[in-house]
This record gives sequence, C-alpha cells and structure tokens, in this order.
Amino acid sequence: MAKEINIKQGIDWTTVWIYISLVFIGIINIYAAVYNAESPKSIFSLDHNSGRQIMFTLVALVLIMIILFIDFKVFDSFAYIFYGIWIIMLIATIFVGKTINGSKSWIVLGGGFNLQPAEFAKIFTILALAKYLSTPNVNLAKTNYYIKAFAIAFIPAVLILLQSEAGQAVTFGALFILMYREGLSGVYPSLIIAAVLLVLLSLILPNWAAVLVLAALGLIIWYLVLKRFERTRLNLQRMIGIFVVFASFVLTVDFIVNNVLEKHQSNRIKVWVSPDVDPLGTGWNVTQAKLAIGSGGFFGKGYLKGTQTKGDFIPEQSTDFIFCTIGEEWGFIGTFIVVGLYFILLIRIINLAEKQKSKFARIYGYGVVSFIFFNLLANVGMTIGLMPVIGIPLPFVSSGGSSLMSFTVLLFIFLKLDAHRSYKV
Amino acid sequence: MAGIGFLYQIINLPNCFQTFQIFRYFVFVIYTPFLNMFDKQRNNILIFIYIIGIMFFLRLFYLQILDNKYRSLGALNSVKREVHIPLRGQIYDRNNKLIVANEEVYDMFVTPKKLGTMDTLAFCNLFKITKGYFDSTVSAAKSYSVNRSSLFLRQLTKEEYGSVIDAMIQYPGFTFEQSFFRTYPGHAMANALGYIGEIPQKMFKEQETEYYRKGDYIGLSGLEKFYETELRGIRGVRFTLMNVKGEDKGAYNNGKYDTLAVIGKNLYSSIDLPTQQLADSLFAGKTGSVVAIDPSTGEIIAMGSYPSYDPSLLSGKEFSKNYSSLSRNPDRPLNNRSVSAFYRPGSTFKLVQAGIGLQMGVINPKTSFSGTQSVFPFHSGPREAANLYVAIQLSSNPYFYNVFKKIIGNNAETTPFLQARVGLEKWGDIVAKFGFGKKLGIDLPSETKGVVPNVAMYDKIYGKNQWKFSNIFSCSIGEGEYGVNVLKLANLAATIANRGYWKTPHLVRSIGLPNSKKSSIEIEKHETGIDKQHFEHILNGMLLVVNEGTGRQSKLEGIEVCGKTGTSQNAKGEDHAIFIALAPKNNPKIAIAVVVENAGFGGTHSAPIAGLMMEQYLKGKTNRDAYKKGIMDRRITTVAASNSYKEKKKTEQEAFNEESGKTLKDSKDSKDSKDTKTKNGKGN
Repeated sequence: MAKEINIKQGIDWTTVWIYISLVFIGIINIYAAVYNAESPKSIFSLDHNSGRQIMFTLVALVLIMIILFIDFKVFDSFAYIFYGIWIIMLIATIFVGKTINGSKSWIVLGGGFNLQPAEFAKIFTILALAKYLSTPNVNLAKTNYYIKAFAIAFIPAVLILLQSEAGQAVTFGALFILMYREGLSGVYPSLIIAAVLLVLLSLILPNWAAVLVLAALGLIIWYLVLKRFERTRLNLQRMIGIFVVFASFVLTVDFIVNNVLEKHQSNRIKVWVSPDVDPLGTGWNVTQAKLAIGSGGFFGKGYLKGTQTKGDFIPEQSTDFIFCTIGEEWGFIGTFIVVGLYFILLIRIINLAEKQKSKFARIYGYGVVSFIFFNLLANVGMTIGLMPVIGIPLPFVSSGGSSLMSFTVLLFIFLKLDAHRSYKV
Repeated sequence: MAGIGFLYQIINLPNCFQTFQIFRYFVFVIYTPFLNMFDKQRNNILIFIYIIGIMFFLRLFYLQILDNKYRSLGALNSVKREVHIPLRGQIYDRNNKLIVANEEVYDMFVTPKKLGTMDTLAFCNLFKITKGYFDSTVSAAKSYSVNRSSLFLRQLTKEEYGSVIDAMIQYPGFTFEQSFFRTYPGHAMANALGYIGEIPQKMFKEQETEYYRKGDYIGLSGLEKFYETELRGIRGVRFTLMNVKGEDKGAYNNGKYDTLAVIGKNLYSSIDLPTQQLADSLFAGKTGSVVAIDPSTGEIIAMGSYPSYDPSLLSGKEFSKNYSSLSRNPDRPLNNRSVSAFYRPGSTFKLVQAGIGLQMGVINPKTSFSGTQSVFPFHSGPREAANLYVAIQLSSNPYFYNVFKKIIGNNAETTPFLQARVGLEKWGDIVAKFGFGKKLGIDLPSETKGVVPNVAMYDKIYGKNQWKFSNIFSCSIGEGEYGVNVLKLANLAATIANRGYWKTPHLVRSIGLPNSKKSSIEIEKHETGIDKQHFEHILNGMLLVVNEGTGRQSKLEGIEVCGKTGTSQNAKGEDHAIFIALAPKNNPKIAIAVVVENAGFGGTHSAPIAGLMMEQYLKGKTNRDAYKKGIMDRRITTVAASNSYKEKKKTEQEAFNEESGKTLKDSKDSKDSKDTKTKNGKGN
C-alpha cells in the first residue's frame, strides 16, 4: 500500500485517444449546432451549450483522476453498495424529481445545473451485475440464477420507466449482450430479434397477410429445413406452438401500438416503418434529420456553414440530434470518421475485455460495450432513419453533463480495471 | 472464420506490406477478436456489431453520396428561395406599334399564422369573394404551411389594389406581390401570337432544369411558346436563411447564389397591323385562313386563322373558363389553321405543274393540247388549251392533265408502271423544293409538314409497281393525296414572285431591339431549280387570271396583280375556296394566299379578301368601303359547326340511337363520294 501509485501505468492509450477525439468532436459540433452567424459568441461562453460542455469536460477530467487514483479493488468490493445507494436515488427521484421535457428524472443541483440519476444507473448496474455473475457457481444457463441476474439488470430500468424516461430505460436492453456473452441461452437474444422482426412484419403487412407469411415460413422450415427424421410428433407440436405464439403476438402488435403505447411513442414506430407518411407532422424529426445529413454530401458544407442544423429545424440539435450537424457540415468524410471511431473503440474494448484474467473485469468490459453500442445504434440509427426515434444521447459527443460524465466514468472504470488486468480478483 | 484467417495469413506473408501500416492496423483490429475460434458467443456478438457497422456505412453512403435528392438548394427548407419574375417581353408590329403588352396586377398571398381575428364577412365583401372561397383557400394554405405564404387571390388590377390597400391594416397576414398579365392593344392575330397560361402538369414534370414552379406562367402556343426563353427574361433569385418559424435570418452565404432579374426581350415582328386587322374583320363569319408574305425577305405581313378569338379572353382570371369554352367550339378557334390545316391545293397547284413542265422542256408557252385526249372535259371549249397563258387564265384541267402526263412520261422507262414510278420520283424532287411535304421552318410551334403524293404512298394503296399514270392523274390539277396549309400556298406565291426561290418565312424580324439581328431561325434562301424565265410565262398567265380570268375580284387599280384561283375538294361538304396572288407583278412586295372553308369557288370568296388586303398593304388604305362591308357581311357556316348544331338538336330529341346509325351511313357515303369526286376531278 505504501507503493507509489503511477496512474499512467497500464492505461490503454488507444482507447484514451479515441475518447479524447470524440469529446473534442462533440465540443466543436455542439458549438456549430448552436452557432448564430448574426451574433457569434465565443465557444467558451457559458451561455452556449458548448461552453457548458467544456466545463463538464473539466469536471469529467476530475472524475477520471479520482477513478485512476483510487484502488481498483473498490469497484469490485463496493459494487452492491453502490448499486443499493443508486436504487434509493432512483426511487427518490420519482418523488422529488423535477420535470424537464416531460420526464420527471432530474434532480436540481442549483446554479442552473441539474443531474439525471438515470444516466448514471448504468454504471452501477453493470458493476453489480459483473459482481454477481463473477461469483463462483453462478450459471446463467440455470433458471434461478438468470432470474436474479434479470432482477439486478432490470429493476433500475423499471424505476427509470416510472420517471417517464422511456429512452434511458430501453437502453438497459443492451445488457442482453453482456448476459449472452456470459452464458445466457441464445434463445433470449433470438427472441428479441424475432420480436423486432415480427413488429416490423405486422406493421408493414395487414394482419392476415402477416399470419400467412408466418404459416408459409413454418411450412418451409418443416419441409425444407428439417430433415426427415426430425419431423417427429414432438417437433410438430413445438412448431405449432411457436406459430400460435408468434401469430398472436403479431395480432396484438397493432393493439399495443395503438392503445398501450403513448401517442408519441406509437407515432415514432409508425414513422420508422413508413417515413414518408407525414413529413410535416410526426415524421418531421426524421425527415429533417435525413435532409440535414443528406445535404452534407461527400465533403460537407464546411464548419459553421450548415443551414439545416441551425434555425431550429431539428429539435435537440446539440443533444440527441448532434449527428445531423456532423453529417451536414463534415459530410460523408465526417460521419465515416466518427462512426469509424466508435466501432474501433467497441472492438478495442472487446479485445481488452477478453484479455482480462479477472472475470469481473471482463464482464464489466462487456457491459461498457453493450451500452456504448446500444446508444450508438439507437442514436445514429434514428438520425439516418434506420431506427425509431428514441431520445438517447450519442456517447461522449452529445451535449449534456450527465451523459458525458456517466459515459466517461463508465469507460474509465474499465480502463482502470484493465490497467491491473494481470490481477485475478 | 477460416476465410478471414486465410486472408490474414496472405496479407501477413510478404514484407512489402510494411508500407501499408494503417491498413494493417485495421486488419489487426478487425481480425484479432476472432483469434479464439472456439468462443461462439463472443464471435456472434462481434458479427452482430460488424453487421450494424456495415449497415451504417451503407446507409450513410446512400444518404450522403448516392441519393442526391437532398443536395440541391431547393431541397433545403432552411433556405428560402424568393423568385422575382421579371416583366415578359412585349411584341411589336413592323412599324413598332404595340401588339402585345403587359398590365401590372397584384397577386395576394396569405400567411395563416399571422392572421388575426377579423371580420370575415366585411373582408369577403371587400374582395367580392364568397365565404366558402375564403374558408377553403385559408384551410388549404394552412395545410401547406402555417408559417409560409400561399396564393390567396390572383391578379387584382391596379384599381382594385388601390381600393383595398388602405383597409388592409385591419387584416394582418395578407401580402401583395406585383405581377402582370398580357393585354392586346393590337386586338388582332390571336392564333399566331398564342397565349400564356399556368404551366401544365406534364410540362412541369418534364422540364429539364427546374426553372418553373407550380403555377408559373409559360407560353403555351404561337409566338409566346416559340420565343418563350427570349420573352420570359431571366428570373431573379434570392436565397435567404430562415428558421423553422419562417423568420428571416439574412442572406444565404452572403448572397453568393443570388441573381438579379433580367427583363424579357421584346419581339419586333414583321406583321403589318392594319393589314392584319383588315384580314380579321374581312373574315367575320367565315372559316379559313390567310397568310401574306413579303417575298423578298420571307417576312410574314399578316397571318390569320378563323374563326379566331379575342386574345384577352385567355389572359387573366377567366383563363380556365374561357379556355374550356373555346376548346369545345367545333370550329376549333384555338388552332392556328394557317400553319396546321390540311387542304388540297386545287388548281393553284397547276402553277407548279407549269413550272416543272417548262423546266423539263416537255412544254413551252406555245404548246397546245386542244386536240389531245384527256379524262377531263373542257369547261369552256377546246380553246382553253390553246397555250399555257390561256390554260392558266381559264384553269384548264385537260391542259394540265396532259402536262402532268408528259412530266411523268419524261424518262427512258418503257413499261407504264416503271415509267410512272420514275416520273413521279423526278416530279416529287422538284415539288419538294417548293417546300411541299416538309416544314418551311417558320417560327411557330404548330407548323405541319403536309402531304405530297409519292411513290411509297401509291405502293401502299395499289401495291408495288401496280400503278401507272391513269391511277395518279388527279395529281395534275392539285386534287388527290395532297395536304397543304395556307402558309405553303402563300410561300408558293412568294416563290413565283421571286422567280424561283423562297426565303424561310418568319414572323419575328428582331429580338430585343428593333434592328438587332435575331438568331433563333435562319433566314435561308431556298432555290427551286426552275429557271427565272419560266416564271415570267407563269406570271403572264396569272396576270390574265386577274385581269380577264377567274380572279377578277382581286383586281386593283394601278397595280398589276397576278393571281390564281383554286377550289379544294373536301370530303365533308362544300369545296374550300382558295386564292393565291402577288403584286405588283414587277418587283413584288406582297404574296398572299387565302382559304375560305366551304365557300365554294375561290374567285368569288377568296379573291376579294386577297385584293383588299393587298390594297391595304401596298397603298396603306382601302377606298372601297361598301365593297369591303359586303365581304365582311358574308356568312359561311362550316360543316363542323352545322354538324354540332344538328347533334345538339339530336340529343335534345333523345333519338340518338336511330340517328347515329344514320350519321354513320352518311359519313360512309361521303367517303365514297370523295373517291369518285377525286377521280373525276373538277378544276377552276
């Protein structure tokens, strides 16, 4: 313990440089998104989202220092305690939270700054989940274990949902990636993908046609895919069972979209399926986002020269729709570099995670990958019309202190664990 | 996975790869996670991530590079494109008198968001509109955009604008934009001028560059269409930035893409307005067309198609109402017959036959056919075929039957079938040089080529080499398979006036400034290949026509007028009366062709019109007022008009079943009679 701590030792600098690049890209594009040619302000001005973002970056730097200074064993040892504290925090927010933009998920810090506990919940959830899954004998293939794992993963999601912050809650679905890696049966991820496909199927086709397509698929599988000896009575019963479940799911999708979901949520799904249905109304966001990105062309319009991402055509220009500014002003070159950086980062973290001797560190690494990947998928996906609109930020780039700090802490805890990868906890 | 491993090994083997360090790094990044090939879950996760990554890149590549629908300035809704439409060019006559002008008007726009609470009833009364119009227009504007302006009322006159502008303070949300519509101080020549109208859907979609917006005006026929690019000028465009509320945020890119409007160019036409106006009044109550050409230049002096219409009907607010009623008229007032109708040239074509015969040397002016056999009877005895002059003067059918026979027989072929074939080909070559069967190249959009009998046509009717002179003889007197318009007949007169050549007829002398050169059509000189001296004989014959022959009604005091009557047979009813003329005989100043449909004999109905118009043009006035009035008061109903009248009656009687059967039979009969008529032929 008396040993001098060199915080730089063992840090993976590739990851750090990608992180710095993304934060830098974020700040300059946030400035561009709120830039007003008539009354230009300094990028450091605190009236601007960019100035605030620079300040948040400094705070994030402090957090990075703290993480690198403290003992890496803390995260493992105190995982459940952190998790417990944050669950209480989330519950408290439901009651004392302030409503901003329709979600009661903010705690007032004073000085015009607010904190969104939901943003940080992912860190502590992954820590707790990693701790639980790295416990000896815990096997996700067994029912009693995976039910507990599900509870750890999704209780925060339910609490966040109660704060009317559906977007953040949905991101917890990313934890299926982590759990699949740690031995959860492939049935669950397959079911999720199947469900997404079924929702699409039922929204594109009329109900009867969707059921017909399912029946046709069943017949094809039965006669063409299954071998003769596999066509047993038991398998037939299973096939029919799956068909009935899928068909009834398809038949209820319309009902769920129209009655269970809130109006703006069902609209988002409808716009996703057919983007041109109402370009001035519900399809506005997606249409404008695609217009901005598409108008950038190959080289973009040049920094601060964008037109679509100014003048409030795109809502949430500097937060959820920041990718539009990048697309418009930097063109395909810009979007290629940014998306490329993310994918290099993801592959890099998977690479590092696999090298961990400690199971806890490896699971945590996959947790980081899951969340960054899911946010990227949903955020960039919605701006280019591949995903329904979900209000979640682009990690490291979108303006917003809670988002930047939570992703920074998320990433640097992993880098800290990785710096000590030879230790087996 | 094995494939990737294999690839990696290949790439790793040669040392030359050292130079591609970055690429190698990428391969490393992509490949290394797969090194442990036994971990199925991890590989599936990686594959999933790669698939999503590839989807993103493909999608971005499509959006930003392939799909250029978002690339144009017009697609950006943050950039407002304000178009300033300049005044359209005006059209003048040959003495710089205004024929087509512009009148300033005001278009009224509404921006729904800025509408305040208002007394709708008083507002409607002020503008003389109904409440229904107000509600539907405003709700249409709202559904387009609440923040942007939509057209509310079109073309308020200066007076209307003046009377409402003070009251507009009570009605926020309405704005005015200056615009114009066409006025016609010349009150003449509607068909050749054409009209402008809102760009039709089809044209809008097919325009190569996105110049016109929906609802923009464009020339739809006549000169307005042909000279659209010159007349419309160049639009000014101003790009301004705006926010989502439609508020102005200053010039886009410091006005780099803005352009100034350039006013449309004026057209200086060769029309002589008094002559044109005279033609319009002489044709009152008649159907037909007239073209007068200055032979030496090819300039059109007058061009009329009748029945015509008041050009101001197709300008302004009532366009669509008037257009639909005009387009339903059975006499088709919207068609420009002078360049698009099909007539048989009748006896006027004998002049061409004479020219060809003389040039080929098969006849000379003294050739007589008085004693030669012909399928046509003499209508004033054998003396009409005594020589060429008399034959033209009296329009002798037997004479020109024999001339044509000699032309066709003027080759070395021995069988009658081959002889007719080669003969007709040679004949057709010369006829084509007169401009028959092809476009003359006038600066109007609707000119038709017309039809001239030719070898292919007869091969089709009778079979290849199955026809000879006896099948095609009616061509000799301008009957049979011809289709010509009045422009071509006037051009024939001009060719004779020029003694052998014609200039491309054109309406516009200069564009922009009165004496500037125009470049849109070439004024070419077209030679017929017939020697000058032959035309003197033809002109002598034509002089006799006017002085003591069939065209006496066109005689003018103190001016030598040469003319030729014609009677064009048609299947549907009375013959069309044709007359072509030129004057004065030496150094001709005007060549003219007149057709009055269903009027019968050319000398009676067409010659007086030609005479009066030539008098007006050459002398600057006409003195024969009573005579003029007599011509104006003649009324000739066309077959089309009387048919449509009958049809109307029929539907009233609701006995159309029986009747329509009868009509069908009638039309069949008339088709049959056409053939027999053609064969027998009668000429004047």
